[in-house]
Amino acid sequence: MNKFKRVFSAVLASAMVVSMLAGCGDAAPSGSGAEGSDAGSSSGGSVFKIGAIGPFTGAAAAYGNAVKNGAQIAVDEINAAGGINGTMIEYKSEDDELNAEKSVNAYNTLKDWGMQILVGSTTSACSIAVSENTKSDNMFQLTPSGSAEDCVKYDNVFRVCFSDPNQGIASAQYINDNNLATKVGIIYDSSDVYSSGIYQKFVQESEGKNYEIVSAEAYTQDNNTDFSVQLQKAKDAGADLVFLPIYYSDAALILTQANTMGYAPTFFGVDGLDGILTVENFDTSLAEGVMLLTPFAADAKDDLTVNFVKQYNDKFGETPNQFAADAYDAVYIIKAAIEKSGATADMSVSDLCEALKGAMTQIEASGLTSAKMTWEASGEPNKEPKAVVIKDGAYVSN
Amino acid sequence: MSFLTYLINGLSLGSIYAIIALGYTMVYGIAKMLNFAHGDFIMVGCYIIFSVSAALSGNSVVGIIVAIILCTLLGVTTEFVAYRPLRGAASPLAVLITAIGVSYLLENIALLIYGADIKSFSSVVKWEGLSFADGQLKIQGVTIVTIVVSVVILVVLQLFINKTRQGQAMLAASEDKGAATLMGINVNRTIALTFAIGSSLAAVAGALLCSAYPSLSPYTGAMPGIKAFVAAVLGGIGSIPGAMIGGLVLGIVEILSKTYISSQLADAIVFGILVVVLLVKPTGILGKQIQEKV
Repeated sequence: MNKFKRVFSAVLASAMVVSMLAGCGDAAPSGSGAEGSDAGSSSGGSVFKIGAIGPFTGAAAAYGNAVKNGAQIAVDEINAAGGINGTMIEYKSEDDELNAEKSVNAYNTLKDWGMQILVGSTTSACSIAVSENTKSDNMFQLTPSGSAEDCVKYDNVFRVCFSDPNQGIASAQYINDNNLATKVGIIYDSSDVYSSGIYQKFVQESEGKNYEIVSAEAYTQDNNTDFSVQLQKAKDAGADLVFLPIYYSDAALILTQANTMGYAPTFFGVDGLDGILTVENFDTSLAEGVMLLTPFAADAKDDLTVNFVKQYNDKFGETPNQFAADAYDAVYIIKAAIEKSGATADMSVSDLCEALKGAMTQIEASGLTSAKMTWEASGEPNKEPKAVVIKDGAYVSN
Repeated sequence: MSFLTYLINGLSLGSIYAIIALGYTMVYGIAKMLNFAHGDFIMVGCYIIFSVSAALSGNSVVGIIVAIILCTLLGVTTEFVAYRPLRGAASPLAVLITAIGVSYLLENIALLIYGADIKSFSSVVKWEGLSFADGQLKIQGVTIVTIVVSVVILVVLQLFINKTRQGQAMLAASEDKGAATLMGINVNRTIALTFAIGSSLAAVAGALLCSAYPSLSPYTGAMPGIKAFVAAVLGGIGSIPGAMIGGLVLGIVEILSKTYISSQLADAIVFGILVVVLLVKPTGILGKQIQEKV
């Protein structure tokens, strides 16, 4: 049965390619024709079905919701402008609560819905878990923000954000180039692949820089309430900058504890720190001066950013963070890849994946997070690092 | 000087473990059951304080009082609904598993009501604390309050158990429920009282835990609960001074091993010590060897 469907949709797909080559042009009519005869198939139809997965609740809810909303805006824009080659996008998102198993469940739910392309998962561990499934289904996966190295270990997975190594390396270069510190302390989560990944690359890259690492202290998710020791050691070692390659929920606690013990170095984080201003009841004045490596600053003045921030504000009542920007770019990157490859909505999930995989290394996309992004076949993006600083409770480009 | 700072941090963490462990050990000592939901009573207490304080624009005193009352009710109700009917069950495992069930029930109710986003908890202790040697040695207000409160609770509990009729009834019930009943002690009421005390301690522990480490989520109570359970076993479960000592030892060992050995190995060391202590002295530091009569 399955084989029959696959053959059937392959025939349809080739029929469409032929019709397009013949100069029939507009793909929409043939797309809807395919839907009529291909009803009931999990793939295929007159629309591209794009799914997104992220933690909409839980410790990283700020990321998941940003991804969900950012992608929504891009989808709405593209549909309003006539879709991709005339084909509309249908979009659906599922919550994974920052849990790898639930992320796989969310993937299966979306697959039942008929998803052809996945934007997600939002976080690294979830993205890695889901990539096992997208690999076996050969579905094209573009994670907006899964930054662990293993997120793109399969050839069907690409990412919009930096990988962890790149974040660690870029942070080290940024601190060096801007003379931010002479002595650096690090507090990282050794139980988290994201955090320890950035930590290792940061330490390697710090060789021969104009600062020295004076303390490097770990904690685990089972031991993430008391940071007095880690902070005290950094303080005793005279660190004037503390590097926090961790998520914002732990960082909020670290900032509070540093404040009560009267320790005020520069705190420098990576994209995991994004969202710290949204912690309920958190005294945002404690985050004043905190710097973070991020590809997106909401106060940037270019038209694209201004327009995106305004739409996001109107629709969702808050200023978008970089995860929203990553997801927004992700949808446009998919659009660019579809256009480049000439893929159509009635292709099977697997054929679509093959087409997009080939197109990814050929496109050059400009978006909110960087101009002129290109991709390696490994799934890694090439783009410029940027950093922002928190001033008066908002991110300001540095 | 920094050693003193670490030691004080350890004392502070240890006193919080101690207050939680007191709740565990009270219930175990008298009802002979492990209330694994104890850590989650703490989380419930924190959320009550958080909500009441927010509603009353930062008045945490009322919040603490409401939390103590509601946690007490929660403890007594849980005991009545979930634990009492199982007290006569053939296997003591039944009530243990029920306690784990209650633990997950509470966590998931909190998830439903408050979501899993962390909330920043405003300290209930507004006092800045003391500063010595030109600010080189700082003791935070919440640290001092925590240590004082834990000692006060210890003394009051000891007096209560040894000097009052109700306390004596608890001791009797802990030694032999059947005989205590024959002596005219209402064992059910005595155990309910134990739960009331244990749960009100959970509210106090919650207020102090979240003041010292101001981040609140539905899982806030889980790990401190487990650590405190370890502390109670280390000190000798069922022994009230034992819980205090166990808590302090655990807190200080945790902080000092983080400081001087490895921040990654701290938990491994803490639990390693538990294993060693139990191998050498299976009843814990202050535990009594009770002869099982056949």
